[in-house]
Amino acid sequence: MERLPSWIRRHLAALRALLVLTLVTGAVYPLLVTGVAQAVFHDSANGSIVRQNGKDVGSALIGQKFTGPDGAPLRKYFQSRPSAAGDGYDPTATAASNLGPEDIVDTLPAPGAEGGRRSLLTQVCARSRAAGELEGVSGTRPFCTPDGVGAVLKVFPAAGTPTRVVSVNQACPAAPFAAEYQGVRVECARPGEDYAAGRTVPVRGTARAVVPADAVTASGSGLDPHISPAYAALQAPRVAKARGLDLGTVTKLIAQHTIGRALGFMGDPAVNVLRLNLALDHLHG
Amino acid sequence: MSPALAGVLFIGSLVVALALTHRPLGDHMYRVYSGTRHLAVEKVAYRLIGVRPETEQPWPVYARAVLAFSAVSILVLYAFQRLQDRLFLSLGLPAVPGHLAWNTAVSFVTNTNWQAYSGESTMGHLVQMAGLAVQNFVSAAVGMAVAVALVRGFARRRTGDLGNFWVDLVRGIVRILLPLAFLGALVLLAGGLVQNLSGGHEVAAIAGGTQQITGGPVASQEIIKELGTNGGGFYNVNSAHPFENATTWTNWVEVFALLVLPFALPRTFGRMVGDRRQGYAIAAVMAVLAITSVAVLTGLEVAHNGTVPQAVGAAMEGKEVRFGVPDSGAFAAATTLTSTGAVNSFHDSFTALGGGMTMVNMMLGEVAPGGVGSGLYGMLVLAVITVFVAGLMVGRTPEYLGKKIGPREIKLASLYFLTTPVLVLAGTALAMGSAEQRASMLNPGAHGLSEVLYAFTSAAANNGSAFAGLTANTPWYDTVLGLCMAFGRFLPIVFVLALAGSLARQSPVPASAGTLPTHRPLFVGMVTGVTVVLVALTFLPALALGPLAEGIH
Repeated sequence: MERLPSWIRRHLAALRALLVLTLVTGAVYPLLVTGVAQAVFHDSANGSIVRQNGKDVGSALIGQKFTGPDGAPLRKYFQSRPSAAGDGYDPTATAASNLGPEDIVDTLPAPGAEGGRRSLLTQVCARSRAAGELEGVSGTRPFCTPDGVGAVLKVFPAAGTPTRVVSVNQACPAAPFAAEYQGVRVECARPGEDYAAGRTVPVRGTARAVVPADAVTASGSGLDPHISPAYAALQAPRVAKARGLDLGTVTKLIAQHTIGRALGFMGDPAVNVLRLNLALDHLHG
Repeated sequence: MSPALAGVLFIGSLVVALALTHRPLGDHMYRVYSGTRHLAVEKVAYRLIGVRPETEQPWPVYARAVLAFSAVSILVLYAFQRLQDRLFLSLGLPAVPGHLAWNTAVSFVTNTNWQAYSGESTMGHLVQMAGLAVQNFVSAAVGMAVAVALVRGFARRRTGDLGNFWVDLVRGIVRILLPLAFLGALVLLAGGLVQNLSGGHEVAAIAGGTQQITGGPVASQEIIKELGTNGGGFYNVNSAHPFENATTWTNWVEVFALLVLPFALPRTFGRMVGDRRQGYAIAAVMAVLAITSVAVLTGLEVAHNGTVPQAVGAAMEGKEVRFGVPDSGAFAAATTLTSTGAVNSFHDSFTALGGGMTMVNMMLGEVAPGGVGSGLYGMLVLAVITVFVAGLMVGRTPEYLGKKIGPREIKLASLYFLTTPVLVLAGTALAMGSAEQRASMLNPGAHGLSEVLYAFTSAAANNGSAFAGLTANTPWYDTVLGLCMAFGRFLPIVFVLALAGSLARQSPVPASAGTLPTHRPLFVGMVTGVTVVLVALTFLPALALGPLAEGIH
């Protein structure tokens, strides 16, 4: 050993150090923690699995989708938030949408072709409209058209007096959400035409949102097990009706499954959707 | 309670908790790095490694040991990933592709933990536990060792010696990181995190279909990911995943864990240089910058400016209901102010200016409080630059802690500061100059540039968080970002150790009437100002084209 050049000795020492430290921090430590976890926190350390009628039906910490085979919401279940994890709530493909706050212009699919790209704004508007329809309330929102896409104009030329205005997310033959903009008639958008040169003008409008924020946005994990108490309250009448329950019973169940802020100030109040739906099923027997 | 008040209490309670741990933890670390006794287990480790713990190392030897250890770590971690399909506990996953394995190996060894991969579908339990998580410990300990070596440079006189890297490395792990990680893991387990070696568990979802509930040694990795300011998540969605961050209070614990060591190290510094007030001054600079940033970022997210946040009515895209907007903003600020890069919400979907603030935090040089060790040495370099600037104003040779800041010292400090901006701006320019690399952007317009700028800032500053819409797992991004991470970590380390060496050789000059006191509020204000001005001058043009263009109409 002593005869080796010093740089080789140094790297051999480094390798031995790494192996020793791997043994300690990469084997002894995690296995010790695993041992304690399995002995003391057995249920939660194995994923807080929820059972019903002797069957494992999910994890209390992981959200699920409550939709039918066609993707339509099941009316007797509270719905979870939109999810970007795989096809929705897939723990093997967790993801957020990563779409930005000014992602507001769609790429309309070319005539007769699939594809195109829906902007985050249009996704929000479409979810709001769908949730409104499902719950029997108004699904309108600021910056959304009545037909559930982003209310965004492309104004030409980009600077100066407008000569041409296009409602860029509304494919022809849709009726534009506004008849005119600064005296210029608003056109519907022709798929395939490039409107990039125009100035982008999102239009707030006068609509007020009834559908809560968490109902129209995808979570960070794609597995969010919770919805806000406001979204649960919005869904309660529909669920009660679908199950033939009175609203008071459902509202009481929501309250039982609402988690407040830890110590009164950490996080936001939240309703665990899976547990709530299981409790409803249990009620039916 | 109103959400705003809850948010203020969340941040306020963290400040109080950090203030309470600052002293005992800082003193503990002082004893760890200054003590002469070796624990029995450490003696065994030194024998196995084959080093004599009493040997002192001058700066070139110390630096070569750091570099050798890191080089070997990269090679071993690369091989580990490439061979994972032939090892046990791989969950049947294939070998990691070469460019991704390189990127990930560099990423974890440099304490960056940039993740171009998706944990649950790329890495088996063995690679996570015995490969990636090991680097969570050792890369943090390397950062602390380098910081301690620099502090010894200030504290010692007329010597070439900076200590022994192997001793600093082993002690940092055995006496600081391991005990804290073990305790913290138990706390997180109580909060509901998973910890098993199972390959997953299929359940029958109640609306039909099945769902694969994943398993893994998560809690043990989660806590060191925060304590070591690493940030590499077990799962793709990191600390937003309920198995990594189950409740509103585990969220608090995780933010606390990623701030606790960097905020205690200034105390260690003050003790080692024999003047606690110097430590308080450095901690004060960190605190001023950090509290300002957390307040601004959280405020911007709560205000939810921007078209989509206004349409939604809250900046909830990419955020979890249980954390809510304020605590997600606080996490985002803490993770980018340190070199952690763990996320509990997705920065790409933040408001334009809120997302821009996460970038500014990294561009500050990750000094408020920065990564474990790297935050302290980064801040001390800024203090050196500050006394130099002050010296220029009054026309005398600057000194800091009794050591003269001559041409050699200021050259090394400048090189240290310039490394990150050069990597960030050159890397971003290179990527934007190529249509193929631009195609990796998910979002259109200014936000697309922000995604690329964020990636290079995160890599060069060794943060590891992302505007994750960018498709970064391509051979080009994997290779170039890997190089940015390596240069962004090891060039500054060499400059810092060289600076330490030249400081240690000096004999201290006695303080005179003309000496700038470096423990007073005036100095705190000056260092804060210099930090902000340097960052503004360097990065404002790039920020103007990205987040500012998007957020200001």
